[in-house]
Amino acid sequence: MTAQEVRLCGLLLQEHFGEVVEKVGTQLIRSGALTLRAIVQETNMPLDLAKKSLCVLVQHGLCLFGSARRGPGGPVEYRVCVENVLHMLRYPRYIYTAKSLYGDTGELVVEEILQRGQMTMSCAVKTVADRLTHNMEDGCSMDYSEVISAFSNLVETHFLQRCPVAAEQGSAPPAATSTLETAPAPPAITRPPAPESNPDCYKLPHINLRGRGKRRRSSEDGEDKREAKRPKLENGEPVGDEGIYWQVNFQRFHLHFRDQAIISAVACKLDQTSSEIVRTMLRMSEVTTQPGAAHTQPLSANEIFRALPPSYSIGRPILDQYLTLLVDDPMEFVGKSGDSGGGMYVVNLHRALANLARATLESVVQERFGSRSARIFRLLLRKRHLEQKQVEDFAMIPAKEAKDMLYTLLSENLVQLQEIPKTPDHAPSRTFYLYTVSQLPTARMLLQRCYKTVSNLIERRLFETKENKRHLEKSQRIEAILASLQNTGAEATQLQEVEEMITAPERQQLEALRHHINKLDSSENQVDESIFLLESYVTSTGTSR
Amino acid sequence: MCTGSITCSVWPCLLYDSSNNCTKHTIRIMVQITGGFDSPFNTPTLPNKEKILEFKPVPLEPSHGDDYMLALKQEIRGTMRRLPCYLKANAAKSGVEKYKDKYANELKKNQEEQWTPDWERLPKELMPRKNLPKKKSELKKKPPKLTSLEKDSVLSRLNELEKTDNVIADEEKEEKEKEEKKKATEGDEEEGEEIEGEELEDEELEEENDYINNYFEDGDDFGAGSDDNIDEATY
Repeated sequence: MTAQEVRLCGLLLQEHFGEVVEKVGTQLIRSGALTLRAIVQETNMPLDLAKKSLCVLVQHGLCLFGSARRGPGGPVEYRVCVENVLHMLRYPRYIYTAKSLYGDTGELVVEEILQRGQMTMSCAVKTVADRLTHNMEDGCSMDYSEVISAFSNLVETHFLQRCPVAAEQGSAPPAATSTLETAPAPPAITRPPAPESNPDCYKLPHINLRGRGKRRRSSEDGEDKREAKRPKLENGEPVGDEGIYWQVNFQRFHLHFRDQAIISAVACKLDQTSSEIVRTMLRMSEVTTQPGAAHTQPLSANEIFRALPPSYSIGRPILDQYLTLLVDDPMEFVGKSGDSGGGMYVVNLHRALANLARATLESVVQERFGSRSARIFRLLLRKRHLEQKQVEDFAMIPAKEAKDMLYTLLSENLVQLQEIPKTPDHAPSRTFYLYTVSQLPTARMLLQRCYKTVSNLIERRLFETKENKRHLEKSQRIEAILASLQNTGAEATQLQEVEEMITAPERQQLEALRHHINKLDSSENQVDESIFLLESYVTSTGTSR
Repeated sequence: MCTGSITCSVWPCLLYDSSNNCTKHTIRIMVQITGGFDSPFNTPTLPNKEKILEFKPVPLEPSHGDDYMLALKQEIRGTMRRLPCYLKANAAKSGVEKYKDKYANELKKNQEEQWTPDWERLPKELMPRKNLPKKKSELKKKPPKLTSLEKDSVLSRLNELEKTDNVIADEEKEEKEKEEKKKATEGDEEEGEEIEGEELEDEELEEENDYINNYFEDGDDFGAGSDDNIDEATY
């Protein structure tokens, strides 16, 4: 784990779960796998708090546990899953995607499951129905069946999946409704049970859940909340899906984001129709393509023609022309793999990711160092190794400026220098010095820079909030007073008096603070998009070896 | 672009002619250029602490999706703070037990949700221990005698447990011992906090001794200062 990743994970844990969990989590990330006693010793934390933190971390899928030694009787070790902690940065994007695909109901289902880590289907359905009912007009309420249908849609398209059964608990694995590992030895902690290894991973349980959402009344607030969270006590009868917990399938969301990125890139580079063709091809290959595959399965032009959406009714020869254009494009999003069936076409996923990452790198250089430095950078990416004189000639930049820019890029570690000696004594006058750019290490370096950026943004936001804590508290108190006055039906003059308790300069300051915090937050979201692209690229090169 | 500085330092040095005779003392001026050209062959220099950005960053493009995600992000932040998984460190107990604490705690319990995880999915060692409150009340009832006696009794009990209980795993036992010792020390502190009940007890016990009560005033930490009975009279 790099230092930047550790720092970012600590900040994310602190934001979502508080300082106690952050302490335990950071200690685990730094030390690898630890037992409960080691955690208590190293963090100097009371035992019950450490236990609760570990419960929270395991509940949210951020921490795995297993026996250190093979066989029962060994101490239980805990290990944090750093990837999942970093995914917390992307929660708003997951929820927004669910909203765009499945409406408000889908959005709330994903939001509830993300906030609580794992939930049973019945619990999720009830909570979401209550929330939707709360927002509806008086007299209307949300039926459970609608929520169940949204939930089922999410499961069918694999956006939600069953949690893997906890294999190692110091005793024999419990006999659950679904089998997980058939090997006799319990799995070591380093190889956690993959949810996909469960054949029932995407199977919906049969639950007998009928009813409508309840509207929360303010007097019965506490009781209703408790009722919603404990369905067993309410009904007195089991609903039918105890022990089956659902979690969000991040990988599926990531595939969806990757497809979206490719489609929007094609739309920017070519035109809307080409992007629709690529969208159709990706939609057809959703179920047939493995997550780590380099290209989709070959699709014939006939199939693509039949599957095009009716709003884009283009003629067959025009479709062929578009496909030829896509294949000839230097970005190489689409490739031709054969001639049968009117031409077999594939979408080159890994190459598309590499090109998107390359575009990100180029734009970073352009925005930081100017367009001429970007020209040099692109030149070196294409031509691999060049001498200084060649760089000046090819880039058509005067020698002095080219030298300056090259040295700046070199000092920022975006460009590397390769020495090729002519004589064994490596004399500088008789050595070739070649400038080179390698995409993968540069992408990794920029990815770490992105993590550092997000950490800085979060820390700055915390600092701004702390600086203006007094103002914020005062404004919150006044808002509470206003709300309570309005509820009890106060006059306009009284309300105005209370509002005037905040002076104009204070109001200005609060406005400025809100503006800054919004800007910092949106910057975090934007940097996360770059993080996603670079991460996908780095992971894709890892699989295609 | 020369960003460094040019310093001149003057060093006297001796010049020798071909026959190795010291001819004259000359002053050689060494000119040192620090900083400046970032060429790969010169020694690297410290970069400026505050870099002036040559190119302003591109403004964020506000789109509908981004606004919605921003609102979602802030909402998630606020909601997570209210969920039971947001753990707060135990606040340090003040010495005085306030009357309002009882109602404040009840209000908090009603407002916050209590979350019990599914224990079948978690390792057994993470379950909170249920025998702690019993131990607490047992220790409270004991009179505030010399704490060394109490510690001895606890240790002897632990030794007995060690001999009889062979089934419990090592870790669990050690944890229990640790917790019992912790509870023993906490029980001592809590005796100090419970002023009213114990003061009466103390007075009854004190009458058995020869010490005169009105030599000292009853302070808040009367019970806590009961470590050494010898020093009680000399306030």
